[in-house]
Amino acid sequence: MLYTDIVMDHFSNPRNVGEIKDADGMGEVGNIQCGDIMRIYINVVDDVITECKFKTFGCGSAIASSSITTELVKGKTIDEALELTNKDVVQQLGGLPSVKVHCSVLAEDALKVAIYDYAEKNNKNYKGLEGFDPNQVNHEH
Amino acid sequence: MKRRYLDYSATTPVKKEVLEAMIPYFTETFGNASSIHTFGQIAKEVLTESRKKVANLINANENEIFFTSGGTESDNWALKSIAKVNKNRGKHIITSKIEHHAILHSCETLESEGFEVTYLDVDEYGFISLEDLKNAIRKDTILISIMYINNEIGTVQNIEEIGKIAKDNNVIFHTDAVQAAGNIKIDVKELNVDLLSMSSHKIYGPKGIGALYIKRGTRIIPFMDGGAQEKKKRAGTENIPAIVGFAKACEIAKENLDEHINKLSVLRDDLIEKVSNSIDDVKVNGPRDNRHPGNVNFAFKYIEGEALLLMLDAVGVAASSGSACTAGSLEPSHVLMSIGLGHEIAHGSLRLTIGDFTEEEDIDFIVENLIRIVQTLRDMSPLYQG
Repeated sequence: MLYTDIVMDHFSNPRNVGEIKDADGMGEVGNIQCGDIMRIYINVVDDVITECKFKTFGCGSAIASSSITTELVKGKTIDEALELTNKDVVQQLGGLPSVKVHCSVLAEDALKVAIYDYAEKNNKNYKGLEGFDPNQVNHEH
Repeated sequence: MKRRYLDYSATTPVKKEVLEAMIPYFTETFGNASSIHTFGQIAKEVLTESRKKVANLINANENEIFFTSGGTESDNWALKSIAKVNKNRGKHIITSKIEHHAILHSCETLESEGFEVTYLDVDEYGFISLEDLKNAIRKDTILISIMYINNEIGTVQNIEEIGKIAKDNNVIFHTDAVQAAGNIKIDVKELNVDLLSMSSHKIYGPKGIGALYIKRGTRIIPFMDGGAQEKKKRAGTENIPAIVGFAKACEIAKENLDEHINKLSVLRDDLIEKVSNSIDDVKVNGPRDNRHPGNVNFAFKYIEGEALLLMLDAVGVAASSGSACTAGSLEPSHVLMSIGLGHEIAHGSLRLTIGDFTEEEDIDFIVENLIRIVQTLRDMSPLYQG
């Protein structure tokens, strides 16, 4: 099979699909040329991500990467969430084919952009965001 | 779970009659057709009979059929050998932007060797313009290669007219008929075609065997050097069981051609109509008329093709897509881009190809599931404002 059982599970039964109206933070990465657009929404209470949802246009691994990322960061503090890397996403999915690893990068980036959005709106500074520029996120594969 | 195969343009199952015809040639009648003894002579006889059957499908003479390992080899052989043989006459080749990669990549190789290639545009349905073709012909044009039927969107080119233009201008004409042979009536005597590529596994024959039709009098050099097989044009011990299977598949295709075309086109039109009527924001890619009888190609807005294929596979439906993700590349299919689809819609393409074992019930099952799956994916998509 192309994907692991965990990927197929998250693709077939994606967790936390949808939009958060007036979310505290929102991040969108990817582009239509490559065929992946990922959007992550977060609500934050006392520096803890209480709610996390996603909307993704993309292949099976893009949807699965978004889904597992929302699960991994829900209930985590912002600092903990900022430690999440694409490698964690790949590992938690039980692996991704090498041509699909970029999907996990998109998930990491979308989350970071959402947190950056929250931080900007609320004048907050997080160590994990030092030097992070949402406009410099690599949108190419 | 019942699996439903809707990817007949990728490959077909070998028909039982074909397999049965092949079996004795593995174990009992296994001789090398080049041998003098009886084993060899029996193999030689069956080779001749098989060649007649393959020739018969396209109304060629048997001595104009050369067996190859398949469509890709036939395309490579035709282009590269014709270019080489005629290089003193000219260095210009004309093809289209929607050819199979066996043609396009062969052209790139030839370009790197100093040949010049014109890639004709196609219209929104995938047709080349005959005017463009005429205008592209130069004094040094040696070869035109235009595919008979496009593998992705099913467009049937006007091969007869293209052949006339080639002939009027004294240019050699090759057509990749891998999707056409067995799915449309082909008569090379009426077509002005000099070379034509065929493949067995697209018409219920075994994989690894195909043919190149070379019109009598066409100068060509071998692609494979070695023994004297195929009139010294294609070396290598003949794959007799595969050739027998290919020939049987051609024979069946010829006998049932009208019935096959009628059956497939009814199912095709039904699938196109039902999906168009029940799903919004869907485009039918390819032409309404002059279309492969079994080809259906949709583009669904707001969703991505690989996700669609995975969800269809989960309910047992096998299909394909021109999305970049399925090709492992960054770009959607060159065919879909050439007919002017934007990236966002080309990524959401779905090809369903119908064949002899497809039933009406399969069509209804697919429509029902497509409605559900497309909606599920759209609900997940940030591009969709439901």
